[in-house]
This record gives sequence, structure tokens and C-alpha cells, in this order.
Amino acid sequence: MAGLPDRNIALDLLGRMCLIRRFEEEAGRQYQRAKAGGFLHLAIGEEATIVGTTSVMRSDDYLIGTYRTHGHALARGTPADEVMAELFGKETGTSGGRGGSMHIFDAERRFMGGYGIVGGNLPLAAGLGLASQYKGEDSVTVCMFGDGASNTGNFGETMNLAALWDLPVLFLVENNLYGMGTALERHSAVTDLSQKAAGYGIEGERIDGMDLLEVRERVGEHLESVRDSGKPSLVEAFTYRYRGHSAADPEVYRDKSEVEEWREKDPIESFIRRCLDGGVLDQDDVAAARREADETVEAAVEFADESPEPALESLYEELYVVSETMGWYSVDERSPEPHRGELGEDAPEVMKELAESGAAHASEERERQTREGVRE
Amino acid sequence: MREALRNAMAEEMHRDENVFVMGEDVGVFQGAFKVTEGLLDEFGDKRVRDTPISENTIVGTGVGAAMGGLRPVVELMTVNFSLLALDQIVNHAAAIPYMFNGHVRVPMVIRMPGGGGHQLGPTHSHSFEALYLQVPGLLVACPSTPGDAKALLKAAIRDENPVVFIEHESLYGIKGEVSDDEDEILRFGEAVVRREGTDVTIVGILKMAHVAEKAAAELEEKHGISAEVIDPRTLRPLDLDTILESVRKTNRAVIVEEGWPHGGVGANLSTLITEQAFDWLDAPVQRVTGADVPMPYSRRMEQAAMPHEENVIEAVLAATEGAIDG
Repeated sequence: MAGLPDRNIALDLLGRMCLIRRFEEEAGRQYQRAKAGGFLHLAIGEEATIVGTTSVMRSDDYLIGTYRTHGHALARGTPADEVMAELFGKETGTSGGRGGSMHIFDAERRFMGGYGIVGGNLPLAAGLGLASQYKGEDSVTVCMFGDGASNTGNFGETMNLAALWDLPVLFLVENNLYGMGTALERHSAVTDLSQKAAGYGIEGERIDGMDLLEVRERVGEHLESVRDSGKPSLVEAFTYRYRGHSAADPEVYRDKSEVEEWREKDPIESFIRRCLDGGVLDQDDVAAARREADETVEAAVEFADESPEPALESLYEELYVVSETMGWYSVDERSPEPHRGELGEDAPEVMKELAESGAAHASEERERQTREGVRE
Repeated sequence: MREALRNAMAEEMHRDENVFVMGEDVGVFQGAFKVTEGLLDEFGDKRVRDTPISENTIVGTGVGAAMGGLRPVVELMTVNFSLLALDQIVNHAAAIPYMFNGHVRVPMVIRMPGGGGHQLGPTHSHSFEALYLQVPGLLVACPSTPGDAKALLKAAIRDENPVVFIEHESLYGIKGEVSDDEDEILRFGEAVVRREGTDVTIVGILKMAHVAEKAAAELEEKHGISAEVIDPRTLRPLDLDTILESVRKTNRAVIVEEGWPHGGVGANLSTLITEQAFDWLDAPVQRVTGADVPMPYSRRMEQAAMPHEENVIEAVLAATEGAIDG
């Protein structure tokens, strides 16, 4: 069993796990209140896998994940305000309200995104690894994905390519035993997912994803081995989500008793117990960590609530970079106005025209919505 | 054409060390269509990378590499195979810059040759310009001459947006004037008038740009019809202004493409022309397209399924029926 960290590290780890737990609980509540829309996938129960992994990563390592990654961004240091604001679809969100819960992003902290397509992030991880290798940098890309993604073509393709090209990628399966509502033994012929690595000449190891210290130790070792050897590696972390696949999941596929059984192994409670037993933390520390998480999340909700909606005038922004290689593009072919094409050689001027044209369309749209009572 | 494309890549690779090429058999094999011939020898296997047959992952690796600061030029062996990579092209390459609010860009080029005429049957002969034209976030190039191909590919490699660069297999062997100027690029969204005329506007892309020109020559000679021929060269962005200007002059339009009719390039362009220049039209916009079937293998059937000069002439005559003195 991995040894306890020192007090400061223990406080930091506990703080991050508490923040994720609290954030996710609150996100669920805000979803019920329709403040957050779309799909909402919560990672309650998976905190140790997330924090254990990010806590042994370097700041210049890349992290790329799935549609269940509010916690990954938080663990990487993205302000809770911005993550909550993204859930609320606000301008101040990590993706300016264009991505939503499934598409959190923070380039500054090298959190290269949450992705809504199961397995879609695997090839991207290989590409990030290739970029590091190509530039002679020793960053490692940590690619986290679920057990369900291990059945996709991308898994086989990417594992093969990463092994073939010696790409510095650590593949980390967050095996929470269900691909949506389909249990592991019902969706994968080989249920020990770490074994899938062997077919590609990659080392695979199965670890207890509920045990923060084990995750830190094992993932840390794999990470350094990837960094040193430049070769990919795979870790399968056994974990569990207490909530359904998404907030809209009635959970008919599993017994409540199963959830209760896993709660016994709660990653936060078990870490607290060990820290208390080992004398690294005391009850006041734990209470303070929980209080701080409460306060941070409360402030995040307030921030998200008060943040402005994205301006409709910005609907077309960030779709393209208009540069000297791209003369112009038509903003919106639905426009009944005469076509606005190339009006001059000067790209900035054209961009301005395009922005104005887009804004005019957006204003009409807003008026229409107001008139028809689509929005408040 | 081959050489023009090759030189575009080589010049850009010399200019920017972050530009690299990857795809199935682009290196040791020298490219399935020999477009990447010699690049491996010139640049080495770090920058000219043979990949496994894993289209979605090839493109996805390109997307990730672009997000990590490189400028990949990915070759997919045919447009038909690009369907295996649609998830990465549409859900990732095209969506990422927008869905992450511009915090990251995907400067990459995805080259893919397509088109029929080589008896390759229903899995190797199609034209999917319309498919990619539909996707916001992508740029779509479809050059028809070696000069355009080189200048456009160079622009595509320098551009910050993901580019689907469609080539036509039957055009690889054609000759044409190509600029030696390493700085010369062709900006996206600039159509070219290949032949000036006054009676009808014919818009053709890729191989059909050539078919349109030949048809125009014959229309002049045999029917006394003066056709203006336009090659848009890029479909997204589309230089609609040049097309509209022409249609407002000729009052008639015929669009020629090799792809399928439903939801095709011609269907789209016909709508745009009708919306924007309805008052100038003297006849319905005509479309000449490939047949609405998977491409058959038999030589005669395949040819029957592809548009030819006579189909274009027929469409022009239908559009100008009785209005022009022959």
C-alpha cells in the first residue's frame, strides 16, 4: 500500500477531491433547475482517479478527456467559476458557452478538452503526443476515456499507431463498469481491459481507481516510464460513478445495493480515514476542506448566474480565422439580402463587414425570438 | 498536376519545419497516386510518415498534432476512404475551433483524390464535394489545373483553418502552367472565369471544369452560343459574386459536377443563384451531375454514369431553347 503524503500535499489532494464532489452535486442540482442544459455527466465517485492522475502530471503535460470532465478541468486548476459558467452556457465559460458540459477546455492548463464522441479523443491524444515528440519536448499526453471507448475502432487504431510510432501517451481507462447502461461483461468480450494493451505491444496495468494513493503511485510510475522511454502505456483504473450515466438516466440496469457497496469504498472518505489514522490531517482540516469546497462552488454558481449570455452577435465568431490565405467567407447563406462577397483586398475590412452582416442577422433573430416568446 | 502538388508540399515543408506529411503509403511506396513521390528521400521519415490503414486515427492524429502546434498535411487514399474519417473531420477538425471558442486552432490539410473514370467501381470512384461543402468550419478546395492546385495547396497549408483538399484522379496527369514563385498562393474564395461569354454561364468543378470548357467551345462552333465558363476553385468559401455577376449578364446558368444530384454542389449553387439573381434569370438553372447510383464497374456503364460534354451541351440548349439564334 502506498504511503501517505505530507500534510500540504494531503490538504491539496483532499481539497481538489472535495471540490469536484461538491461541484458535481451542485451541477446536478442546477441541472434540475434547468440552469444547465443538454446532457450532464457527473463524476461523483471517480474523484480519486481524476485527482490521483492530475496530481502526478507536470504542468506542461497534456490532458485530454471525455464528456465527463468537469472534474478533470477543476483538478487541473481551471477556476470553478468558468466551468460552472460553461454549464450555464454563459459567455464567461471555458468555451464561451459554445461547448457546454461535454466540451470543457483550458488551453492554458493544457487541458485539451472534453469530447462528446466516445473514443473520439484517442486519435487526438496520439496527435498531441506526436507534436511533443516532433518538437523534441518531453511532455506526456494523458488520454482518459471510459470502458465503453475501449470497444471503438479508435481504440485499436490509436493504440497501434502510438505503439508503432513510440508516442508519449499514457492511456488511462476510467473503467466505471458501464458503457452508458451496458455493463462491462455485456459490452466487452475481454473484461480485464488492461489486457487489451498486450495486443498492441503496450504494457497494461489494472489499478484500484478508488484509492487515491494507489492511483498516484501507479499512474506516477507509468507517467515517468512513458516520459523516459517515449513509449505509450495503459492503465485501467477501476472506479465507479454513483450517479447515472447522465442526469437523465433512471438506472434500471443496476441494483441500488451495488451503488451502496461502492459507496463503502468512497475515495474521499477512505482517503480522509487514512489521513486521520496516520495523523497527517485532523478533523479541522477535513472540515475546512469541505467548507472551502462549499464556498468555491457557491461562488461559482453565483458567478455563472450573474454572467452574461453570449452575445448573439458573436454567433459566427471563432468559426474561421480569416487571414491572407482566405479572402472571405459568406456569413450566412440564409440571408435574403444581396450576397455579400469580396468587397476589397483588405481582409480586416472584409471581416468587419462580415461581422456587421452577422450582427444584423443576429439582431433580427433576437427580435424574432423576443416577438415569438422563445426566450425571456 | 502531380508535380505541382508535390512541389507545393515540398516548398511549404522547406519554408516551415512544422509542416509534415502523413498518410497511407505516402513514403516508401511514394504515394498511391505518386503525388508524394520523392518527399521521403528529401525530408526523411520524421516529416513524411507512412501510417497504418486507420483513416479516422490518421485524421485525428493530424487534428491533435495541429492542436499541439504542428501543420499536418494528411493524405487519404481516396475520397471514399475519407468516409471512415468523417467523425474526425466533422465532429473534431471542423468543430474544435468553434466549440472551444477559438482557444485552439486546427491548421491542417486533408488531401483526398476522387472521381470516376478508372473502372474502380462503387467504393473507389465517388465525388463527395457536396458532403464537405456542407460543413461549417471546413474550407473546401477543388482545383482543376496544375497552377491552381499548387497555389491553392500552398494557401491551404498556410491557412489556420482545417482544409479538405479534393483532387481528381483523372487530372493528375494533365499539364499546365505552374508558377515557380515560392511565395505565390491562390487565396480561397476566388473563382476564375475560364472563358468569357454572353449567352449562358457554365460552372464546373474539378474534371468538370475541363468538360465545361470543351462543351463551351463546341457550343460556340456548332450552335453559335457564347458560353461563359467559371471554375469556382474553392467551394467553401464560394466566390458567389463572380458567378452572380456572370449570371446577371447571361441570364442563364448550368452547373456541372461529377457528384450525385440530390443535395449536390449544383443543387446548392442553383438555390443560391435563384435566391440572389431570380430577377435576372430567363430560364431555370440547369444541373448536369453524375447518375444517381453507386458508380458501376463496367466501362460503358461507368461512362454513362458520368457527365460528358454532350450532357452539358444538352443542358445549355435546354436553358437557351429558342432564345438564341443558332
